Amino acid sequence: MPVATDSNTQRLVETLTARRDVFVGQWADTVGEALQGRLSAAELGRELGELYEAVLQGLASGGLSGRGEAFGEVRSLLIELSRNRARQGFTPTETARSVFALKEVLEPSLTGDAEGARVYLQLARLLDDLGLLTAEAYVRTREEIISSQAEQLLELSTPVVKLWDGVVGVPLVGTLDSARTQVVMEKLLQTLVDSDSTHAIIDITGVPTVDTQVAQHLLKTVLAARMMGAQCTISGIRPQIAQTIVALGIEFGDVPTIASLSDALRQAVKEVAQEADDDVRGLL
Amino acid sequence: MRDYAATGAPPESLSVGNSSDVVMARQLVRTLAQRTGLSLVHQTKLVTAASELGRNMLIHGGGGIVRAATVDDAGRTGVYVEFEDRGPGIADIELALTDGWTSGDGMGLGLSGARRLVDEFGIESGPDGTTVRIVKWGR
Repeated sequence: MPVATDSNTQRLVETLTARRDVFVGQWADTVGEALQGRLSAAELGRELGELYEAVLQGLASGGLSGRGEAFGEVRSLLIELSRNRARQGFTPTETARSVFALKEVLEPSLTGDAEGARVYLQLARLLDDLGLLTAEAYVRTREEIISSQAEQLLELSTPVVKLWDGVVGVPLVGTLDSARTQVVMEKLLQTLVDSDSTHAIIDITGVPTVDTQVAQHLLKTVLAARMMGAQCTISGIRPQIAQTIVALGIEFGDVPTIASLSDALRQAVKEVAQEADDDVRGLL
Repeated sequence: MRDYAATGAPPESLSVGNSSDVVMARQLVRTLAQRTGLSLVHQTKLVTAASELGRNMLIHGGGGIVRAATVDDAGRTGVYVEFEDRGPGIADIELALTDGWTSGDGMGLGLSGARRLVDEFGIESGPDGTTVRIVKWGR
């Protein structure tokens, strides 16, 4: 990248300073048009005004390298702008255009003569670099949003509920991979302790496919619950799932399985009552 | 088994590179099975087999391509699914198809179980990769 001479930058800074209000106004208009009024003109004007000042200061103090120290302020403003745009649901193009629009605005007034054109091209290179920066920040924000949503979904889709005194239920919906099994297991074991329960029912009505991986994860969860002294039942075995499990050759061993959640609950409640009865007799 | 890949309708394909792709592959096969009119039991068996084979491909073959299509033969309709990877291949297919034998920490029922879940099962393996083909017929 050819280094800008001081006189070049100086002329740029002079032009940008002299016609500040006009340029910022036009810039905000161009961007506002592209965003079709989804962002208020006042907000856009303030945002771009700040950015303009920062670019101007960067140019005045340190030349034309967008990744240089002089443009630190510009970069942090742009990153903030991209993050907001990503959260508000604007597209990457719309976000990057916020920067590129400044080129359109400056082009007519700078390219009047040969020297101006050269200055403009150098500035264009700087703005291209800054545009790329917004795209990067935009993508990063979207990735953050996606991964936080994935985590929320994991939490949301694995509730552990108390069904009765001494009985907790885990209604599973969707697929059961290692990450979810871990969450389910932790929640189940903690709820068993917190609610002082002796029976757990894992309901797989909402699990469309029970393959060896799912079965293995289920068995591990049951084993862990048993180690804490809880009785564990798997309910919600539909006819097609039962046939598939048998054909696959999976054996659930002595883990009780049952067709419906209500039958599993009835059974568990009966056993809980029985245990309470035994306790009382033991005292007498 | 017959080479259904050449005869049937153009297959829908999907590349599998991570575990959420296995879920996508499962969905692809399920949609096709529903469209073909397979009964719920047959659908579930086919989708479960696809899930096993898709995950095998991911774990042992480092991912690959799943192709699925509807096929017709002598008045019956079925779903054909092919799993192709470029992994190191299976050294001993007979052993790999034995119930309870596993090279990892699974149950050792994936490959053998999948064979029991479908009507036709073909496997080819060499140093350049492994291809598993299955067909599940309706009615």
